[in-house]
Amino acid sequence: MALVLNEEQEMLKESAQGFLAEHAPVSELRAQRDAGSDKGYSDTLWSQMANMGWAAILVPEEYGGLAFGHVGMAQIVEQSGRTLTASPLLSTAILGVTAINVAGSEVQKSELLEAIAGGELTMALAVDETIHHDPVQTAMSAVSKDGGYVLNGEKRFVVDGSTADKLIVATRTSGSPGDMKGISLFLVDRTSDGVNVQRTQMLDGRNAAIITFTNVEVSIDALLGEQDKGFAALSATLDAGNAHIAAELLGIAQESFDRTLHYMKERKQFGALIGSFQALQHRAAHWWSEIEMCKSVVLKVMQSLDEGDVKSSALASIAKAKLCEVAELSTNEAIQIHGGIGMTDEYEIGFFIKRARPAQMLLGGYNYHANRFALISGY
Amino acid sequence: MSDLQVFRQESRDWLEENCPRSMRSPVIAGEGACWGGRNWTFESEDQKLWMDRMGAKGWTAPDWPTEYGGGGLDKAENKILKEEMSRIRARSPLDSFGIWMIGPALLKFGSEALKQQHLPAIIRGEIRWCQGYSEPNAGSDLAGLQSKAVDMGDHFIANGQKVWTSYGDKADWMFCLLRTDPDAKKQMGISLVLFDMETPGVTPKPIKLISGSSPFCETFLDDVRVEKDQVVGDVNQGWTIAKYLLTHEREMIGGMGLSGSGSKTLGAIASQTMGTTEGRLNDLFMRTDVARWEIDAAAFAFTAERVTDEAKAGQGIGATSAMLKYYGTELNKRRFETLLKIGGSDDLVWEGDVSNDGWTAKTLLRTKGNSIEGGTSEVQLNIIAKNILGLG
Repeated sequence: MALVLNEEQEMLKESAQGFLAEHAPVSELRAQRDAGSDKGYSDTLWSQMANMGWAAILVPEEYGGLAFGHVGMAQIVEQSGRTLTASPLLSTAILGVTAINVAGSEVQKSELLEAIAGGELTMALAVDETIHHDPVQTAMSAVSKDGGYVLNGEKRFVVDGSTADKLIVATRTSGSPGDMKGISLFLVDRTSDGVNVQRTQMLDGRNAAIITFTNVEVSIDALLGEQDKGFAALSATLDAGNAHIAAELLGIAQESFDRTLHYMKERKQFGALIGSFQALQHRAAHWWSEIEMCKSVVLKVMQSLDEGDVKSSALASIAKAKLCEVAELSTNEAIQIHGGIGMTDEYEIGFFIKRARPAQMLLGGYNYHANRFALISGY
Repeated sequence: MSDLQVFRQESRDWLEENCPRSMRSPVIAGEGACWGGRNWTFESEDQKLWMDRMGAKGWTAPDWPTEYGGGGLDKAENKILKEEMSRIRARSPLDSFGIWMIGPALLKFGSEALKQQHLPAIIRGEIRWCQGYSEPNAGSDLAGLQSKAVDMGDHFIANGQKVWTSYGDKADWMFCLLRTDPDAKKQMGISLVLFDMETPGVTPKPIKLISGSSPFCETFLDDVRVEKDQVVGDVNQGWTIAKYLLTHEREMIGGMGLSGSGSKTLGAIASQTMGTTEGRLNDLFMRTDVARWEIDAAAFAFTAERVTDEAKAGQGIGATSAMLKYYGTELNKRRFETLLKIGGSDDLVWEGDVSNDGWTAKTLLRTKGNSIEGGTSEVQLNIIAKNILGLG
């Protein structure tokens, strides 16, 4: 398949660009933050996004979705990286939809996917248990009882965990931390008895949560996929999630670059535009080259996910790792080249580093994914 | 069957019949490559047979017009031929600066007479070409070149010195940039001329590199007669053609980030040499270096793919050869630094079987030139900043 966008994907990209620039620019994120918004995003905006079909992009047609694929979704996500738009797109329309689509029963799919596609249901994925992402180490327990299960444990860095209607929770039903076998996924209502949600506002102004589960009882219908065999579905979900976080980081990297390039063409020092200095020109040219690499890895992994290629896991880790590296470069260079004004809260460039760092760490940062890529490659 | 299917079948049959068995294995690190020309010593009868047969069919330059002896293939056919050749692991029948560089320039800028004179001999591997660009005082600042050609009425007389002439001592003809108008602004007074290396006054002298090999020469020009009909394009308009050729060269060198030592990945070489425990390379710091390199190499390979696909689809910004050249050569240098560390003290041995005659060390040393030749990394960054980013 040619490594370019087709016409429909181009159109979606343009429409996302137009909508987000108008309705959800960086100033909206600032407004949410300054208002001390509990949710960290605007319900009105999310309804508008759902009305445009964005929640339904990865949902198959038989469940009321658009089945437009990952390449299409990535165009929206990339643009939302440029505008730093906060919304449940990742937690609900990407992670939630992928997990249910991969592992769900017919009943679960028809009930949940339709509701998500319609913008009526939000989800959150609860996977991390320690301060570093490492899903195979899942330890939270789920024990059979009276034809159902009892869940006990704690989850951290659950993005949208304080607002989502339903949580997808990775638990251990057998084996020990470190075993791929023995992991099971459950659907749990956030408001269930025994679920305690502590909201943590992150440096990007968005919400995440630390959630404790104390003797939370769920029925057999809450099991998502087969007992003990949840790791494959979890991995597929995380691959999609990481690929799309890479797309968001691509948007962040490009916007940081574009704004800085623009600044280099208007800021004067020593009687000259700072963009005329070779020391800065070479940094900008290297930075631009790195972003070109990023465009390619992101498009590659999206096409691979759409084709269901076995290489998707390796490509997801390549893309996430590369984008972690380049987003870090981009947000750092952006501040340095802007100089003093880049350090002020009043100027928007500082918002990019504040979103980039949580996005980099979410579902595994550079080291996690470089390690995972090496293991997949046989070393 | 469609026309392309017929073409595929015919190509497959022809290659099966005409490609000698011994030519069906990859060229590794230049061993077994065929450069042709008047001075060439074929390593075997098969090598000559393969070059001659492919040359006669025009498939040494598959997409050049048949009127000059080329294959006349369109893009789709050319792709099929490449696929069929790689299916039987057929070697390139001829490596040639004629095919890669001066040929395309002649096709684009040359007179009909020049095309008729030179293209068929390039295609058949009869004439080997070298490039006379850089001078001792004109490297990155190529347009500052001072070797000159003085108009004598019916011919020019050239004097000066060229340097970094690839295989100048083995080549038959040179395409050469000379100053034909000393009074014009520096880019405006340059012409691209062609002459036989056996012309009296042309003296190539090999330069020994840090890698021990001598792929380049310095070439002295003392009262060399250059015929007027051997100017490519118009007199004093050589810089435009030179820039076209430099772009071509950048693309060629940039592609090297993708090539390697055979088909093994860096990870596989490291695992084999250093061993693994529970699926992880024993040296964990090396493992990090290898993974970091492989991630970047994958990103580069996909970028080369994307840029090609965008060009085909009429999208993209073009002018990306500077980026590919910069990134690809820096990547190749890093590859060999990592390979040498993996190889350990054995790979430091300059000659002998233990190090395959110092292959890794010598290639590492040679790669240092990748980010210098064809425009330094710094020049590529200048090009990106100026032409793509619009920084003045």
